[in-house]
Amino acid sequence: MADARSLTDLFGILGPRRVGETASVVDTSVTHVTEVSYPTQALQKFLRCLHGADNPLILDLGPVVGSNVTFFGEQLGCRIRVEDVAGDIDKHVKEGKLEQLPEFFTGRFTQEPGSVDGILCWDILDYLDRPAAQALATALCRLLKPEGCLLGLFSTADTPGQVYTKYVVVDESTLRYRTYPGLRQRQRSLLNGDIIKLFKDLRVTDSFLMKSKLREMLFRKPAPRA
Amino acid sequence: MWKRDESVKPATPPAQTPVTTPSAPVAVAPAASEPRTQLGRDNVNIGKSVIIKGELSGSEDLTIEGHVEGRIDLKDNVLTIGPNGKIKAEIFAKAVVVLGEVTGNVTASEKVDIRDNGSVDGDIASPRVAIAEGAHFRGAVDMQRAGAKAQAKPAAPAAPGQSQPQTQKVGA
Repeated sequence: MADARSLTDLFGILGPRRVGETASVVDTSVTHVTEVSYPTQALQKFLRCLHGADNPLILDLGPVVGSNVTFFGEQLGCRIRVEDVAGDIDKHVKEGKLEQLPEFFTGRFTQEPGSVDGILCWDILDYLDRPAAQALATALCRLLKPEGCLLGLFSTADTPGQVYTKYVVVDESTLRYRTYPGLRQRQRSLLNGDIIKLFKDLRVTDSFLMKSKLREMLFRKPAPRA
Repeated sequence: MWKRDESVKPATPPAQTPVTTPSAPVAVAPAASEPRTQLGRDNVNIGKSVIIKGELSGSEDLTIEGHVEGRIDLKDNVLTIGPNGKIKAEIFAKAVVVLGEVTGNVTASEKVDIRDNGSVDGDIASPRVAIAEGAHFRGAVDMQRAGAKAQAKPAAPAAPGQSQPQTQKVGA
């Protein structure tokens, strides 16, 4: 008997799920602004990683999405810190200081090292040059608690247009991708090996190549050896 | 016969000048003649020309369109920051609705609702949080689980139908 998850996967093969006639496009007057839903495999594993933690702290690197704050709050009873890194990138683009991003990310986060239980990195690394991506990844690794986990999404195809994506959690197996205009486009797609090198202090626990042309990866920080 | 009675004609309203209160605590009570406008029996409005520095506390719902710096304490009531409201304060209330600007931490025992064009720079602690599309938020959100809330407040258990947080605004 086919269970619900396998049916979800089957629909994922057929392409993006229709959200509804009114919700499929947010604003047709703006190019590249779309909204479609796709299945996700890594999110439920990310949630499972954090279910045991007491009042976990989650760092969300995307722009604030109100329903996500509600979802994670209700699912995990957690504290969520929203740090809009896309906004940081746009600010540096506007000021013509993109080369300063690696230095910026080194001191960007004010949390204590080893204090964060989970990080929603989304696809923000796709928008960074290698040095900036490495600086951000290193800063994130430092913030994670031992056994803490990080969810990252990485594009496997070049995407035209200067748009970022808000990932709106519909439920633990579905994400709604909602694009919005930005000042920077995706850089060259990161290969699997590149991603693993970026997060060399973390262990890859799961990796899913999705029909949405995104690679979903879940990392975990190993506990220190006794 | 139909001539308007000039004796009841209101005088020309004086030009509004900002009113700055001293930094002593300000209590908002039903009988108080200030703040400016009494909207309804249980809702007081602080107008946009009013500036308050210090501690603001009260026992009725309050709408702020002016500037407040310091601390706002409305533990059993709803605080609404209107579109013109600018707050630099620690806020404690039953529910907080933000349509203006808030800089400071917000603690609500029921709900925080940041509406479109509302802005919060600070940490939020509340069992329910709604952030609309177009709202600005920078900070941390601490949502207690229903069980944790019940442990924290054993004297006021939630009704069975209210134990679960309501569905929040989707599309934010």
